Amino acid sequence: MLIAALRKELLLQWRTRAQLMAVFVFGASALLLFSFAVGPNAEILRQFSAGFLWLGLLLSSTLTLAESFHAEMENRALEGLLLLPANPRALYYGKAIANWLQLVLLGSALVPVMVILYDAGTLRLGSLLLVIALGTAGLSAPGTLYAAMTAQVRSKQTLLPLLLFPLIVPALLASVKATSLIVLGDPMNQSAAWIKLLIAFDAIYWSLCGLLFGRVVED
Amino acid sequence: MMTNTSASLRICGMIPPVTEPAIDAKNLARRYGRRWALVDVSFTVPAGSVLMVAGRNGSGKSTLFRTLATAIRPDLGSASVLGFDLVRDRYDVRKAVALLSHQTYLYESLTARENLTIAARFLGTGGVDAALERVNLAARADDVVATFSAGMRKRLSFARVLMQEPKIALLDEPYGQLDPEGFALVDEVVRELKARGTTVLMATHQVERGTGLADAALFLEAGRVVPGNAAVPAAGRRQASRPEAGVPC
Amino acid sequence: MNRAFPLGIALLAVAVYCGLIVTAGEQYLHADLSLGIPSGVRTLIAFLAGLAAVSIFLGGDDLSDSSKPKILLGIGVAFILAGSYFGLFVAPPEQFMGETQRIMYVHVPTAWSALLAMTIAFVCAVVFLFRTDFKWDARMEGSIETGVVFAFLLCCQGAIWAKPTWGVWWDWDPRLTTTAVLLFAFLGILALRKFVDDPVKRGIWSAVATIIAFVDVPIVYFSVKWWNSLHQQQSSPDTVSKPFWIPLRANAFGILLLMTAFIMLRARISALRLEHELAPPPLETVGEPA
Repeated sequence: MLIAALRKELLLQWRTRAQLMAVFVFGASALLLFSFAVGPNAEILRQFSAGFLWLGLLLSSTLTLAESFHAEMENRALEGLLLLPANPRALYYGKAIANWLQLVLLGSALVPVMVILYDAGTLRLGSLLLVIALGTAGLSAPGTLYAAMTAQVRSKQTLLPLLLFPLIVPALLASVKATSLIVLGDPMNQSAAWIKLLIAFDAIYWSLCGLLFGRVVED
Repeated sequence: MMTNTSASLRICGMIPPVTEPAIDAKNLARRYGRRWALVDVSFTVPAGSVLMVAGRNGSGKSTLFRTLATAIRPDLGSASVLGFDLVRDRYDVRKAVALLSHQTYLYESLTARENLTIAARFLGTGGVDAALERVNLAARADDVVATFSAGMRKRLSFARVLMQEPKIALLDEPYGQLDPEGFALVDEVVRELKARGTTVLMATHQVERGTGLADAALFLEAGRVVPGNAAVPAAGRRQASRPEAGVPC
Repeated sequence: MNRAFPLGIALLAVAVYCGLIVTAGEQYLHADLSLGIPSGVRTLIAFLAGLAAVSIFLGGDDLSDSSKPKILLGIGVAFILAGSYFGLFVAPPEQFMGETQRIMYVHVPTAWSALLAMTIAFVCAVVFLFRTDFKWDARMEGSIETGVVFAFLLCCQGAIWAKPTWGVWWDWDPRLTTTAVLLFAFLGILALRKFVDDPVKRGIWSAVATIIAFVDVPIVYFSVKWWNSLHQQQSSPDTVSKPFWIPLRANAFGILLLMTAFIMLRARISALRLEHELAPPPLETVGEPA
């Protein structure tokens, strides 16, 4: 059933792939704007590059997450699936994994933008991809759950970031730190500790949110 | 001795409980915010029969169907669907019941076939093509739902209900938005379902059409069951009793 | 149910005796009231009895009348007045931080109570998810709101303390930062509650969000601690010597009771609102012309 749910999500995402492109442009323009906040000092920009990358990714992720429930709420397709009956947990993990993949793609696409704008290049691409994968997993798990709630209420645009941003502080902190260490050099190999923290955060929220999702979507 | 007893027990167990109704609703009530959409609704539907549910717009028909399909919980009361409790045994109720809702449950960006295929994967069945054929959508099967008219969406939702092969079909306004050819299709399908032993509940404003198909009728007014039939205006009556079964047509 | 409140008061008395009166007797009457119980055990008894008393006050209250929380409010205010008097006029200024340190007499108890209020919200959320009893929803709302107020006070007090001590209003101390994160997380939950009309959905969703936010607390704390430890190591005065115990503990009891009373009063308001929202349908309306 998880496979069925995942296939459904990927098909939906493929059909709305223009959306992903738009979110990418949004994220890239956010990265461009951040540099105006700091000024044309190449060294400072390089120092802040990891933070800017993750802030850009975080802002874009709220769009992706909210959008992922748009198709479900339009004709209440999610309710239709639940009544078939589909297992709510499978539906949750299908959506969370699909959102995660989309965010990994988005994060990877934003890396070249960061490299060009902030002169923050690195050859440790494997580690960077790992951090992006773990960090976006931390956004996707609680983000998908909260998006399921906020998609059903008035003023959903404000509520999702309001709920999500405080929660993902540890994931954001760890991702920024690890990315920064990868980009700027990590002589004492501190990034391993942050990666462990990310793994712990992901493990907790991927299991907890899966448990609670059923209560959120059932009336 | 032993084998005899257990054999006779088994025979006893195999005799179908004739009186077991498909749906046994007791005092169902549901609210939206401050407004009660459904109040104290009790009725039983014998297995294999067709019940027409009639009433004005906003009389609670859709709420009743959504409650029986476990899309929404009842705020008060309970119901047993094929022996399963509406709230406790949600999953079992859902396996037995299919709902044709006002909501089409369709993904706009996917084609008709893709929509049904998704449902088929969750159901673990096939029959997508047959269902599309049955509702005369085979020619448009690979068009995106966003390009469909309201009537075509209705047909597609209908195809989905048929694919579920339900023991109980809850059809909320099956005739809505359909053309005359579609009307005939619905009539035909309802008869087929009944012939297959499916219990059908049908909410409709097409009372005459529905009466032709139904074994019994249930009238709702302001969320409550009205005793009597369409010929007798509900206004001015006091609710005297709760009908045990629908009023025979 | 009726015996819950006196039992809570009795436990509270035990806690106050072990935690405060014995120390005060030693300090000012030079009398040994300890009954032979060693200091560490007394502190433990005071802590557990206080916690048990709060649980009994909150769990045993059927939210039907406001007299019990008002009694607790009165006792709490008395403790705070006494604690503030001792803290401001009797206790000597601290050796290193001087007069500034006196804010600790409210700051530390506020911190305890804020964290406790959030913990109570978490417990209420878990109970509500397991059995949909709206009393727990009311208690959850009461404790979230009280927790938000206390967390806000805590951030303000932290800023007031940080300015003369470190020269800045805000320091990225793990405790202060965690409190701020928690404050925003719970404010988000209160906002969510405002936007959901259906009481059942509102209860379940805010319970889910409360559980998720509460689980985040230790993770936020440790991540900020690691993050900050790379820059500077700041220490707050954790070790408090005996003359400072009395105002600290008096205020701790006072603010604890204040928090308990606030939760009970606020839960009562929620319960009254819910009663209105969950009212049974009007009896007979069929047939009456619309």
